[in-house]
Amino acid sequence: MDPIAKYISQKISKTRWRPISPALLQQPEVFATGSWDNENNSVSIWSVGEHGVSNTDGEFDEEPQLLCASQHDGDVMDLQFLDQDRLVSASSSGAVMIFKLQPDCQALSLAHVWERAHRYSCDNTPCTAVVCRSPELVSVGEDGRVTLYKADQTEVVRVIENADSSTIHAVTFLRTTEVLTVNSIGQLKMWDFRQQSDSPAQILSLTGDRVPLHCVDKHPNQQHIVATGGQDGMLCIWDVRQGNTPFSLIEAHSAEMWEVHFHPSNPSHLFTCSEDGSLLHWETTSGSDMSTLLQIPVAAQPDTVCQQPRCA
Amino acid sequence: MEEVDVEPSTTLIPSAGFHRKHLGFEWGPGDLLVYETNYKLQGPRSAGSPFVHIVRRDEDICSPILRKLFNESHLIFVGLQKIKEDIPSKNKKSQFVSISKNYRSVIRACMEELQQNAVSTQNGSLASQYGDQVSILLAIELIWNLCEVLFIDTAPAGSLLLHLLDWVRLHKSDVDARAREVLQSDSPAQHQSYWDVVISLVLQGRTDEARQVLSKQASLREESSSVFKSMDGLLQTMPIFNPTGTQTLTEFEVKWRHWHEECDRCLQENTFASNRHLETICKILVGDEDTLLEQKELLSTWYHFLVTRLLFTHPTIKPPDLHYYAQSSMNMFLGPRASPEPLDIILLSAFEFDLHQVIKDCSIALNNWWFVAHLTDLLDHCKLLQSHNLHFGSNLREFLVLEYASGLFTHHSLWQLAVDYFDHCPEFGRVYLELQIERVPLDTERKAIKVLRICEDRQMSEQVRSICKIMAKRALRNNRLGSALSWSIRAKDAAFATLISERFLQDYSNKGSFTDLDLLDNLGPAMLLSDRLTFLGKYREFHRLYGEKRFSEAARLLLSLMTAKIAPRSLWMTLLTDALPLLEQKEVIFSVDQTYELMSCLEELNSGTKDSNLTDQDEDIESTKTELLRLALARNLTMAIVKEGTIET
Repeated sequence: MDPIAKYISQKISKTRWRPISPALLQQPEVFATGSWDNENNSVSIWSVGEHGVSNTDGEFDEEPQLLCASQHDGDVMDLQFLDQDRLVSASSSGAVMIFKLQPDCQALSLAHVWERAHRYSCDNTPCTAVVCRSPELVSVGEDGRVTLYKADQTEVVRVIENADSSTIHAVTFLRTTEVLTVNSIGQLKMWDFRQQSDSPAQILSLTGDRVPLHCVDKHPNQQHIVATGGQDGMLCIWDVRQGNTPFSLIEAHSAEMWEVHFHPSNPSHLFTCSEDGSLLHWETTSGSDMSTLLQIPVAAQPDTVCQQPRCA
Repeated sequence: MEEVDVEPSTTLIPSAGFHRKHLGFEWGPGDLLVYETNYKLQGPRSAGSPFVHIVRRDEDICSPILRKLFNESHLIFVGLQKIKEDIPSKNKKSQFVSISKNYRSVIRACMEELQQNAVSTQNGSLASQYGDQVSILLAIELIWNLCEVLFIDTAPAGSLLLHLLDWVRLHKSDVDARAREVLQSDSPAQHQSYWDVVISLVLQGRTDEARQVLSKQASLREESSSVFKSMDGLLQTMPIFNPTGTQTLTEFEVKWRHWHEECDRCLQENTFASNRHLETICKILVGDEDTLLEQKELLSTWYHFLVTRLLFTHPTIKPPDLHYYAQSSMNMFLGPRASPEPLDIILLSAFEFDLHQVIKDCSIALNNWWFVAHLTDLLDHCKLLQSHNLHFGSNLREFLVLEYASGLFTHHSLWQLAVDYFDHCPEFGRVYLELQIERVPLDTERKAIKVLRICEDRQMSEQVRSICKIMAKRALRNNRLGSALSWSIRAKDAAFATLISERFLQDYSNKGSFTDLDLLDNLGPAMLLSDRLTFLGKYREFHRLYGEKRFSEAARLLLSLMTAKIAPRSLWMTLLTDALPLLEQKEVIFSVDQTYELMSCLEELNSGTKDSNLTDQDEDIESTKTELLRLALARNLTMAIVKEGTIET
């Protein structure tokens, strides 16, 4: 199927499908986008499919339609849906914001802001990534902090100061109380919030050059398998129980890999997007080998990828 | 100094220049900075207003709807550059025509969206702004379409007129709306615009549609039906050149002459005397200029007049002859006193096939280089521009594309598009890119990474080094030593890595322990980037070994740091002091040889010139340290000699 392209007047940094309740057996039709590099950035909600308006000929209009939008202070560095009605964004101004979406998708409003969640002593610094497992949120930033929040509390639950001496680029939940972060000196660090100390439970890294890692995603079913992508476009699959070497290393891209995602319901499929302009779809054939790949070239550099979970 | 082509327009800057203050200014990449100076022509000097004004020349670049124009045309531009040189010229021509049509459809899409917004917005000034932009885009598309017909499609005689007719029809769209209105009314023949519609259709050469509308009239009045039948016959038999058919141009010309004479005969015989409208139509068919001029309101523009005039007098017009008719049509239509608009002059230059004049006039009239850059680029690909060089070395196409791209670079978001434009300017593109890319503001690391990727792809190593240095310095200022190190690694900047290591060692000597152990313990091969960094890594390893009580390995490492000259002289004292606890252990750790080496290091350190800045107290401390070390080394030596001399039984 050919991809459909629509020009809008902003550069998009992140796009995410809105989750639908598992009881409904349909594909999600609504997605959110966040913009960057504008003087006025915004978070917008779009729809495809029957939710959208068909044009006067009665034909099925497949282009996404804008439903609502809200101003966003700073570039949108990361976007995650907390649940069906709430959207969390990480901003380049260092703030973490929660947006509330009206049930009929007619309006999007700012519900809560944690200003200066990430900061230097005299400067703001971008918050680079945020991850949610309702009701908890974890954010990481260029200041090397890991911050834990609860969605309904205004106060921050816990801050791990100086968790990293370099920029933390991405974070993912391993278990309910454990997160994994990746940083710009090529390390994966596991943090256990049950522990009082501010040092990581485990540090993993590739022997060899310390290439910055930009993205990480956990296998949907197996909590100890994670995939990472870095500046050199290498896709690595790690088993965090088994120490310092990833069990799979693939030269996926020729430039930085921005996002990697396992398919939520079909984890033998993996998607990566990169600065070199391609979006790749990977499939494991047997066991843990990654072999076949299907390449989908895109016109510009994609910064983000997100798949719909297919039901059953 | 060059002559000025047009009078420069004045821009008022609010709240500046009062009290006869002189204004100062400074050029920026896309804007102008203006400020009040202290200088005054008359009267005492006084401080000026403290404001600095930014004057932006091109406001279109900020319009969100026009952004789509820039984005989509960028895609078409890049596709055009990729057309291979070796395909035959016939195929190339059709490709160029389709690219030209792509550009135009992008313009039209933008226009439609602007029009929709202009209608739906509440804000009055915004609506008028949209309206202005719509009319500019209309003019642009008109000019582009004409250039496509005349220069890119280069239709020969016969087809030329057909294309010009299409051009006119496309840009006079109200005829369709009025025709629909008339036909859908209850009694079309009685509609007040009925005859206007018929005449407009005839003026555009749409004879079939004119006949259809006329037929509504004919059915009503039986007694004059013969008149209508004759008119219908004339309209039906009007020959239209078919470029793909077998008929040659000469044959068509003969046929057309016959038909023209037929119309003339009808006029002479006063066939249509009973109906003045039909008489008018017949006069039009004959090509009577006065009648055509009477239809000024329906024609509304001189170029419509031109095309209609050609249709009914010289349908086989050849391209070189076009400009005679163009000039005279414009004069006739506009009258002696009216002065032509810039748009009219541009179109006239196009009819005269004077490409350079068209480009020049468009550059002056528009405030944005978008149109001239893309059009010139397309024409250059069609090999229509002579390659005469401008003063500054590049040709016209490159100059315009560079100007356009430089304007894009000043935009906070569109700078990424400009990179591709610079790539396709063979002579100066790279230099421009090198200068501009360093000035992109880098707020986040992600943006810096994207900029770096652009530089690395083009082997711009100077720029890579400079950008990495900026990011590393910023990280260092905020005490993010790991980030700073990762930037130095990317740039392979040994000097900066040394700086970072110095910082670490400074922190160590201030606090007594290392910060950021996660970084130091995991340096890996990056350690080799600079000597100081290697020392730092090894020194940290020494501490770790000591902590794990692996004393002999720690001792060996410490010694190698000094003997291999990795450690800087200034830190030797610290290292020797670190050796002290190892020397004081019950067990002998340093062998005889190692002890001798340590002693020689100590002596080497002391034989160096004394630091005169040391105070008496410091000198005392130094000499005490040396004393302690000498004692410890001597003791260790004795124990080591004894140990090595003992035979194990």
